[in-house]
Amino acid sequence: MIRVQHLSKHFCNVKAVDDISFEVQEHENLILLGTSGCGKTTTLKMINRLIEADAGEIFINGKSIRAESPEELRIGIGYVLQNNGLFPHYTVAQNIAIVPQLLKWDKKRIEKRTAELLEKLRLSTDYLKAYPAELSGGQQQRVGLARALAANPAVLLMDEPFAALDNVTRSKIHAEFKALDELKRKTIIMVTHDVQEAFELGDRICLMDKGKIVQDGTPAELLFKPQNDFVKEFLKEQRLLLEFKTITVKSLWHLLSNEEIKGMGPGILVNYKVDLWTVFERATLSNAERLNMMNLENKEVKTVSFESLTAAFYQYKKQQAHE
Amino acid sequence: MNEQQSLWEFMRQQSDKLAEQTLQHIGLTFISLFIAVLIGLPLGIFISRRKQFSGGVLGVAGVLQTIPSIALLGFMIPVLGIGPKPAITALLLYALLPIIRNTYTGITGVDAAVKEAAVAMGMSKWQVLFKVELPLAMPVIFAGIRTATVITVGVATLASYIAAGGLGEFIFGGISLNNTNMILAGAIPAAMLAILFDFLLSRLQKLDSKKLKTAAIALPVILILLSSFYLIPKTYATKLKAGFTPEFMGRQDGNLGLQSKYGLHINPVVISDAVMYKAAYQKQLDVISGYSTDGRLKAYGLLVLEDDKKIFPPYYAAPIVREDALQKYPDLENTLNLLAGKINDSTMTALNYQTDYLHQTPERVAKNFLIHNKLFKPARNGNAGIIRIGSKIFGEQYILANMYSMLIRGYTDYDVSTKTGLGGTKICFDALTNDQIDFYPEYTGTGLLAILNPPAKTVDELTLNKDATYRYVKDEFDKKYQVKWLKPIGFNNTYALMMRAEQARKLNIKTISDLKRYLDSK
Repeated sequence: MIRVQHLSKHFCNVKAVDDISFEVQEHENLILLGTSGCGKTTTLKMINRLIEADAGEIFINGKSIRAESPEELRIGIGYVLQNNGLFPHYTVAQNIAIVPQLLKWDKKRIEKRTAELLEKLRLSTDYLKAYPAELSGGQQQRVGLARALAANPAVLLMDEPFAALDNVTRSKIHAEFKALDELKRKTIIMVTHDVQEAFELGDRICLMDKGKIVQDGTPAELLFKPQNDFVKEFLKEQRLLLEFKTITVKSLWHLLSNEEIKGMGPGILVNYKVDLWTVFERATLSNAERLNMMNLENKEVKTVSFESLTAAFYQYKKQQAHE
Repeated sequence: MNEQQSLWEFMRQQSDKLAEQTLQHIGLTFISLFIAVLIGLPLGIFISRRKQFSGGVLGVAGVLQTIPSIALLGFMIPVLGIGPKPAITALLLYALLPIIRNTYTGITGVDAAVKEAAVAMGMSKWQVLFKVELPLAMPVIFAGIRTATVITVGVATLASYIAAGGLGEFIFGGISLNNTNMILAGAIPAAMLAILFDFLLSRLQKLDSKKLKTAAIALPVILILLSSFYLIPKTYATKLKAGFTPEFMGRQDGNLGLQSKYGLHINPVVISDAVMYKAAYQKQLDVISGYSTDGRLKAYGLLVLEDDKKIFPPYYAAPIVREDALQKYPDLENTLNLLAGKINDSTMTALNYQTDYLHQTPERVAKNFLIHNKLFKPARNGNAGIIRIGSKIFGEQYILANMYSMLIRGYTDYDVSTKTGLGGTKICFDALTNDQIDFYPEYTGTGLLAILNPPAKTVDELTLNKDATYRYVKDEFDKKYQVKWLKPIGFNNTYALMMRAEQARKLNIKTISDLKRYLDSK
């Protein structure tokens, strides 16, 4: 869907982006991860030509982005900014209607689309006439997302979209983000410096440093097959948490066996596709003793204790390290 | 004019003139403002796009702002002559800075994230400008236009210096004539205009964005409408174009006398004496009111028309001193009288010519004169007290003040501080009676008409005889103000009508009656 080839950009002799190449598949969510100054935002902005590349090529659907005018290119790409960039002198409705209006949609169609988006993003229609300043940070960010999605672009570029939000709001929006089917049909490139966010939302992660891509892979690949010490160092602090979030029950399935549990405590039923973190969270919350894991394909159920799940996790990790 | 007349009566009496001046003032303000917006707004947008020019453009506009208004008007005359053109140009130059700067500040102050979002959504440069930058910068731009409006209303009073009309005619006429009512009749409407326009613009600024769109269309229409007040054609029916100073316009021994005694209706424009002579020389004016000893008479080849009906009273110059200053500094009177009878008309004209036209410093001219007349003595550097000398704001008074200063330093042990360039008769005389200065050179005619202002009958009797005038003002000043007239210096710097000598010869005009005959002939 999006192909980036040998892309470079320097600002006054400093190489911001240094000959990088990557590809994003259709409907994939690619995260550009790295510390500030690593070139991730520059890379993102070169895709919709907010910054012009010095060298290299970018293709969207096989077509070079230089084939059309920057304005035409940008109209077809959704863009979400960290500080939402809503027009303070436009109401919520007017903000959402900006791109459809540039595309000269008729009024009815714009109204319908706006209502649809508000509903999907769980914003009350009462806010249509409100100005951005009257909304909370989370609501503003939702409107920003609605504005980017308004004309239904195939590609969405997001520049640290949730960085300005507090932790509680952010995890709420993360959950909504993952659940939104509208987004599942988009090809998304998202920039973030937040490792957890990257692992939570990304299908694939490009870890960048000093203008270069250090490793390009799935979250699990980054965790268990780090290319070098930089990747290891980068993930070190939140390693355990990330592992819990990355490893699903399914990947441990072969290490688990059905067991008899004596205790009389409550049990929970778990979809085997969820990650360990979610299982632990739910188990702790309901004080469960029996964890009933279910394979959705063949309806096989394995009941295990908290301890044996943990043991299986460590065994899995050991196996990964030896591979 | 009756001394007891109230401001209200004055305004009612002069309501025609007041209305005309107010409309001129509004027109002048808004023409200038309109052009300033037309230039300033695009320029402000331009430098917000090309920041490398912002320093230069804002710098130039800032320098323009610091040039004193009268000087700026003066610079305009050689290029644009007198009248509305230079006035509008000068005013718009003053209005430019706040408009350019606020447009620039407003646009560059728009949140970078908002601008980036606009570009990223596919807006073109113009769409970003008109849909995002200008609407968001509007409050700041508006504040700039408000500032510019208030500045322009204020500076527009100075337009009367160069025959462009406006409320300044009353203000500066009033200052020269010692007529408080006249000053207020100009100053109060000017101040109210400033407050009113600022208020109206502030209301406009508070409108929300939708109404603002209507306002954005309405504003230029209103501006053009208001500007048109100024364009209402004026009729100059006479064959010769006259320019009189604001002071001359309002005086019995000025335009009023010309009308009543000679029946001369010449429809003059009002102009500052600083530029009047040159305007006559450059043939922009044909008849001007001037002073008979002015050095520029000689410089510009102007001819004084004979006052055959004697409406201009004698203006013999003499120092006037507060009585208590004379007591405090006993040597002062004799020292000042050293100059008595020493300078006649032609000498004074020659001295004025040296400063006004040859641009010698008044100090040098004064010293040369004293040395030549063997009056000069080196300064004694005494410290028996400081005498404060005042002078009005023209060359002759500067020369006299310098002569007195040198005499006092050379003949007495007093020191001197000079407060030269006091704006007019009223300012000078108020400074004297309020113990801000000790003496200044005054003219008998001014003392009679501008300060004492006796009934018309007394004036008629006095003006025919120079000694009678001197005796009258000497006695009256002593009684009323405890101010003493010392001996006259000798010359008579009276009002005069003058024309270019060449033109006067051609039209065969020698006296004011000749001028009237010429104007009346078809």
